[in-house]
Amino acid sequence: MPLSTQSQADDEQYVLVASLDNARNLSNLLKAITFKDHAIFSATPNGLKVTVEESKCLQANAFIQAEIFQEFTIREDSVGFQVNLTVLLDCLSIFGGSTVPGVSTALRMCYRGYGYPLTLFLEEGGVVTVCKINTQEPEEPVDFEFCSTNVTNKVILQSESLKEAFSELDMTSEVLQITMSPSQPYFRLSTFGNSGNAHYDYPKDSDMMELFRCDKTQTNRYKMSLLKPSTKALALSCKVSVRTDSRGFLSLQYLVRNDDGQICFVEYFCCPDEEVEEE
Amino acid sequence: MDCVVTGGNVKVLAKAINSLSRIGDELYVEPQEEGLALRSVNSSRSAYACFLFAPLFFSRYTIPRGHTFRCKIAIKSVQAVFRSLATLEKTVEKCHIELDEQKNRLTFTLHCKHGLMKTHNLSFQDSESLQAVFDKDSYANVFRCNPRLLVDTVVHFPPSLEEVTVSVSDERMWFRNHVEEDADQSKAMLTELCLASEEFDHFGVKAHNGVTFCLKELRGLLVFAESTGLPISMYFDEPGSPVVLSLTDSVLEGNFVLATLSDDPNHRKNNPRRACTPPPPPPPDDFMNDDIDCYLIAMDTSIAPGPSGAGPPTPPLSDSLCSKPSAAANHRTRPHSEEEEDETADSGRPPNKKFCSLFFGSVLPASSQMTTQPVTSQQVLASDSEEDVQ
Repeated sequence: MPLSTQSQADDEQYVLVASLDNARNLSNLLKAITFKDHAIFSATPNGLKVTVEESKCLQANAFIQAEIFQEFTIREDSVGFQVNLTVLLDCLSIFGGSTVPGVSTALRMCYRGYGYPLTLFLEEGGVVTVCKINTQEPEEPVDFEFCSTNVTNKVILQSESLKEAFSELDMTSEVLQITMSPSQPYFRLSTFGNSGNAHYDYPKDSDMMELFRCDKTQTNRYKMSLLKPSTKALALSCKVSVRTDSRGFLSLQYLVRNDDGQICFVEYFCCPDEEVEEE
Repeated sequence: MDCVVTGGNVKVLAKAINSLSRIGDELYVEPQEEGLALRSVNSSRSAYACFLFAPLFFSRYTIPRGHTFRCKIAIKSVQAVFRSLATLEKTVEKCHIELDEQKNRLTFTLHCKHGLMKTHNLSFQDSESLQAVFDKDSYANVFRCNPRLLVDTVVHFPPSLEEVTVSVSDERMWFRNHVEEDADQSKAMLTELCLASEEFDHFGVKAHNGVTFCLKELRGLLVFAESTGLPISMYFDEPGSPVVLSLTDSVLEGNFVLATLSDDPNHRKNNPRRACTPPPPPPPDDFMNDDIDCYLIAMDTSIAPGPSGAGPPTPPLSDSLCSKPSAAANHRTRPHSEEEEDETADSGRPPNKKFCSLFFGSVLPASSQMTTQPVTSQQVLASDSEEDVQ
């Protein structure tokens, strides 16, 4: 395999080396958070975290643990850089993204450090491509200060039913209203569009509801345009956890299984649109 | 109003609504004792469709007591309720339709699998009654066939084809694409299909006529018919008279009434009264002009005398739909004899509205006649807007 014939000496100059036999295990996940051109990469010995933000109101994170990679070597406690995500995705699918079983693009991602480009070695069927993508100074991602102790309501749903609701949402509505309550309607998604309003209610005892922990009734509205990108993550996922905290901030955590059945996470944070009187 | 549709009928309802959406942009809803009527009409009033769902179609059917209720809703909003037709059967257990007259809202609640409940509160507008008056049983030609036959026939015509001409002899029916007379004949592609009477369940020809109507609107019905497998009955008479396509089963009835091109020169010739009124100016080439309606009405009004024979009528369709049950009762079938419409002169309605009011009869009295019951000797003259090109 051409990639593995890289000499040891070369490796020592990289602060980060991450290899995957199947580049799709990374690209699929990244597609779920591609709503802006730029992404902040943050690597620690635990793994890789990729962050995309929208006007400080929405943040999406994709987590790929070190164990997912066939090789994950990091020579510093933390490595961070910013790259154009669209370009990166184009490179990852440079061989055309064939879905023939057994054929996949192998990836070796290397980063030499501050000021250096991100180097990708991609191989499929004996053909190797080298891509070098310029990196930028990583911006500090917004800290939404969303911590478990502040979580007031939490539900875990099987993605299947939520996918249906999201695909039918009235896009003429500017907001998506989420109501979580220990009493009826339990978990409700509402839209207010041109033709009227619509509500999608999930009862707490639905077999789609894996966990239902709501202490107080909360209704929050979020801009539909901000939440729309999250449907990509929803489409990939098998389970989703919806949490709101005392400020009304929303955390959506998606459990995604990659091609090899390994678990990765995608998380979306969204701030509420306006103060809504709690019922 | 409070109705519940369960099981497979939810999909049937959704498909009917989809098929009505191929006709017009608004869904007219009228719960009646005989059932729930859902209707639509196109902007040029040359196509009308109505589905009547009998009370038995529903697992619960209650209508507003003491007063008639009618409304219209943007059809896209209703279609949004029944999105993803394919999964409707598998996921929806029942659909509850409820009227809230105080808030002017019609609520559709879908009870789905896994306890999921989808509630859509749609706002509606009050509307006039939309009820085409036609007497298909009086038409000369009646046919009945499996919808598959028509689907297989229509597939040979390009989707962009506007009009098709259907003509019949005792044993055969021809479908031909309609090409404008002034189009370049050498560049036009002509497609003709011939069906033998044996292919039909019923083939009753009394007049060897040919009618030309808009194919696009028919396709909406065909999609519905094919999915339900119900036989389609087709009725038509002479050119100018609408073609009616119906399908029925024990719990529902659908009627699509499409205007046909009339034989223009005949009308002019046979109606001396018409010759007296100056021909109205041809409409601009842009067919989207509202004046088309006026032109149509004035053109085809080979009917009763009245005060405003010459000017273009400005009142919209809704005005003509006042309660005048007997006004339309005595029309004749041939243009040249329509001068004798004394009753209609008495009604005070100008003739240039008569065209529309023939097609869309006034609200019938409380005995609530179904749209399909024949209104005695009522003739419908509905001409296709394309006629104006000549």
